Amino acid sequence: MAQTLAEIKEMAWWELVKRLNETPDEYNIGHDSISLKGDYYQLQERIALRNIGIINPDSIEEYIATDGYFALQKALLMKPEEVVKVVKDSGLRGRGGAGFSAGRKWESAAKQQVEQKYVICNADEGDPGAYMDRSILEGDPHSVLEGMAICGYAIGANKGYIYVRAEYPKAVSSLINAIDQAQKLGVLGDNILDSGFDFHIELRLGAGAFVCGESTALMESIEGKRGMPRNKEFRTTERGLWGKPTVINNVETLANVAPIINKGADWFSAIGTPLSAGTKVFALVGKVNHPGLVEVPMGMSIYDIVYKIGGGIPDGKKAKAVQTGGPSGGCIPSKMWDTKVDFESLEEVGSIMGSGGMVVMDEKDCMVDIAKFFLEFSVDESCGKCTPCRIGNKRLLELLEKFTEGEADYTDINKLKNLSNVICTTSLCGLGQSSPNPVLSTLNYFYDEYKEHAEDKHCRSGVCKQLLRYEVNERCVGCTRCLQHCPVDCITGAIRERHYIDSEKCIRCGECFNNCPVDAITVY
Amino acid sequence: MRVTINEKEIHVEEGTTILEAAKLLNISIPTLCHLHLHDIKYLNKQASCRVCVVDVKGQDNLLPACATPCKEGMVISTDSFRAIQARRTIVELLLSDHPNSCLTCAMNLDCELQKLAGDLGIRKIHYMGETHDEPIDDNSYSIIRDPNKCILCKRCETMCTEIQTVGALTDIGRGFFTTVGPAFHRPMNETTCTFCGQCLAVCPTGALTEVNNIKKIWRAINADKYVIVQTAPAVRVALGEEFGLEPGTPVTGKMVTALRRVGFKQVYDTNFAADLTIMEEATEFVNRVKHDGKLPILTSCCPSWVNFIEQQFPDMLDIPSTCKSPHEMFGALTKSYLCEKMGLNQDQVVVVSVMPCVAKKYESHRQELQGEGGHRDVDFVITTRELAIMIKETGINFLDLPDSDFDNPMGESTGAGVIFGSSGGVIEATLRTAYHMMTGSELPDTLIEFHGLRGLDGIKTASVDIEGRTFNIAVAHGLGNARKLLEGIRDGTFEVDAIEIMACPGGCIGGAGQPYHHGNMEILEKRAQGIYAEDRNKEKRRSHQNVHVQKLYKEFLGTPGSKKAHDLLHTHYTPRPKL
Repeated sequence: MAQTLAEIKEMAWWELVKRLNETPDEYNIGHDSISLKGDYYQLQERIALRNIGIINPDSIEEYIATDGYFALQKALLMKPEEVVKVVKDSGLRGRGGAGFSAGRKWESAAKQQVEQKYVICNADEGDPGAYMDRSILEGDPHSVLEGMAICGYAIGANKGYIYVRAEYPKAVSSLINAIDQAQKLGVLGDNILDSGFDFHIELRLGAGAFVCGESTALMESIEGKRGMPRNKEFRTTERGLWGKPTVINNVETLANVAPIINKGADWFSAIGTPLSAGTKVFALVGKVNHPGLVEVPMGMSIYDIVYKIGGGIPDGKKAKAVQTGGPSGGCIPSKMWDTKVDFESLEEVGSIMGSGGMVVMDEKDCMVDIAKFFLEFSVDESCGKCTPCRIGNKRLLELLEKFTEGEADYTDINKLKNLSNVICTTSLCGLGQSSPNPVLSTLNYFYDEYKEHAEDKHCRSGVCKQLLRYEVNERCVGCTRCLQHCPVDCITGAIRERHYIDSEKCIRCGECFNNCPVDAITVY
Repeated sequence: MRVTINEKEIHVEEGTTILEAAKLLNISIPTLCHLHLHDIKYLNKQASCRVCVVDVKGQDNLLPACATPCKEGMVISTDSFRAIQARRTIVELLLSDHPNSCLTCAMNLDCELQKLAGDLGIRKIHYMGETHDEPIDDNSYSIIRDPNKCILCKRCETMCTEIQTVGALTDIGRGFFTTVGPAFHRPMNETTCTFCGQCLAVCPTGALTEVNNIKKIWRAINADKYVIVQTAPAVRVALGEEFGLEPGTPVTGKMVTALRRVGFKQVYDTNFAADLTIMEEATEFVNRVKHDGKLPILTSCCPSWVNFIEQQFPDMLDIPSTCKSPHEMFGALTKSYLCEKMGLNQDQVVVVSVMPCVAKKYESHRQELQGEGGHRDVDFVITTRELAIMIKETGINFLDLPDSDFDNPMGESTGAGVIFGSSGGVIEATLRTAYHMMTGSELPDTLIEFHGLRGLDGIKTASVDIEGRTFNIAVAHGLGNARKLLEGIRDGTFEVDAIEIMACPGGCIGGAGQPYHHGNMEILEKRAQGIYAEDRNKEKRRSHQNVHVQKLYKEFLGTPGSKKAHDLLHTHYTPRPKL
């Protein structure tokens, strides 16, 4: 290395400041820190997203300007077990779903007395509406590389894979460029920073299967096999990729590693709650005024996230629920929005942290329909290996369809519960075990809506079209326009007389409603 | 370590699964996808059907007994309400996407899903919905694939990929519409499938079954054709199982009587043709040895194995013996020698082979195995199972049948012909005759049995000294083992002079046309014992001692390896590399 990291930083910092000063309204530039300006960022604490929107992701110098690769340099001067200890003491937990302690994972892999070990970065982000990993990969790829190299050093692995979905072309090119730059600079590859430690990273592109985000299915896929989860006989830290000890962490987890090494375990564990240290990035989407990525300390309430950062519900509508954790998560009703967002609290109310999807729903959302939406996703993405997930989820979806189509009766509610329980307790992998969660949590908190669908054939949100009833009210002037537009001829009536809709024949297409000039069609 | 299952304690070794531990305690846990054939190192441990889930104290979820190793102090309950309910629901789910056409299914009464549903007392399927509606692949001559009956246990895939190393079957699609089949939904006959049929031998349902030829045979019998039947060596020690007899019980005499009652005009023995095969093959071997020809020589009786080498090792087609398989030799002779002798026209004669094998069905349609005028050497092949059905269909009380003998001139056989049915038997029989051909004297009775070449080990080897020269012999059964052998020969690490390869585990006794073993490999051993007992009970145990074979050469073929013998009894191979 011709220049030291400190020398590069010295130069690059001023270059970066100079560039950012050209748009001074957007940044708070301090002596040694830069952050994004604006209300939206006020309550956020950005660790994983620290560089997003600030540095140029194509420039390794700008990454170094904000202390990039200093953590790796620091780690290489420590003993591997010391590095593991820092990560363990920090309380960092996996940000990909299950929330397993990253440090314990590293410790377990480090203990294995095997020549070959692997580090995998799980960048197969697939929850609907979730894009935090993508944003890190595209906006700050080096933070992931640095985290992986530190992990490699800590557990004694010299090979890493990033499994990234092919649908993220920008992330892929950004990673390819970053790996190239890092190797040229000597912070990746052989003899990193003259420490004698080698670490190489390869990319593997996923072919668009959600289940490949499941760690063992992902490993199968890297090995060139069909991406299907393995039965959980061994921990992956004992027998993972090609049967070798493997640490698999997701993008956000790895992006947290460098700051932890730089600032210490105590700094990190002081953020958030005792059991859920640090921050979490959420993809705040749905019926919220300011959707976007937010990174907040663990333990902030849902209410604060939705209202103080997200700016509340648009169009003065009433909030109904928030869905966290993607297709494996659950719905939390608005009356429980004082719930703290951390691993334990979310689980307590029947949801999960997951990878951080947060979909806000208002009164116009039908909870049966929402459950159906998420379950549809799981059904499509099931790998087909085990019976409960493959057939059970399909049957569960068909049951839900009965509700939204007005064909369900009371006994179907019990069937929903029973089948969900069997799927949860007998499926092979996490995907299957958690796929009925949207159903179970909505059944739990929005039981009345299910009951209405089944018994009254009524959808209070007006979402389930098959449950709507169209009627001609007294405003009808008998213009016959509705009659002419009805595709199934279910409207009768003479000119200048009030018309009538035969509900039996009506297919609920809404044509009459759309074409009535005097607002004489009422929809129930 | 110590575990408790249903309040019974047991000490087990590390690595023991809950299923294995329960078995030691005589506690049965239903399974479906799980299949372990120790003897051939086959293990399908997918843990995918989830039928074997059990309750483990302290665990929120139920765990699959087949794939969960016991841990110290584990408290397991296999019969908790929760476990039983879950098991029932899972079987109901499987049935909800199953045609449930049991009464007309080829696997009726042999189906493991059917049995499971019966055992669990399923009377209603609570969750019905969309079902698979995929086309049935009946394009091949051997195997029918009905994806609608597939329960995705992947036993077939494990067999095809890991044991046979053919890899014709894999999961395709995803989610509910996942199915196991050839890549790109190709029909089986356009894949690397060798038609060994081991997939259907382990299929728990009717998703993979043999092509049924029974109707064609009834038609031929009733069309006033002269229908001649021959039975392979392995059939006689397995057929009895279909009628409740112990595996390995020879039922040769009853079988012959039954075949006559069914309506076959003449009942012959493929063992006769096996003796003939030995004459030809041993001659070829001795010639190759004497004239520094290509060694090793490979036996060519197994049609699946022939497919395999044509597809996977097209550069090595000069190694196999050019001999047709015994039943094809028999067919060719029936339509020449026998027709001539009996004054019959080829058009009148129909040759039916009863085989333990489904690949033979395909084999009989090979272009190379058609005589003059496009007459196939063998017209129809049925399996041991199909024969049993014909017998039952006819209403014959099999167990009460008197014994009778095969017809002649092609019914006599020696012990050497019988042992063709078991892995290692062909090469053993060849050695008995090759020794005679090379030395002019007989291998002493005490040395006639090559025990090193018998049994269920994947690759077996032995050395034999003949006239001061040591011959290395190798036997492989299962195509994966065959691949190892061939690769070793190709790269020179394996030096042998003669090799026998059979595609099915255990040889023909483990053929895919035999009564289902349902995972019990002891059955194969008993069938092998039955075969070797037949050999021992024979007065003549060397093929060249077969009087009718000698007569055949004298009257018709001339000498072993003659031009006429070549025209009728030998074939050739074509490279057929496939996807």
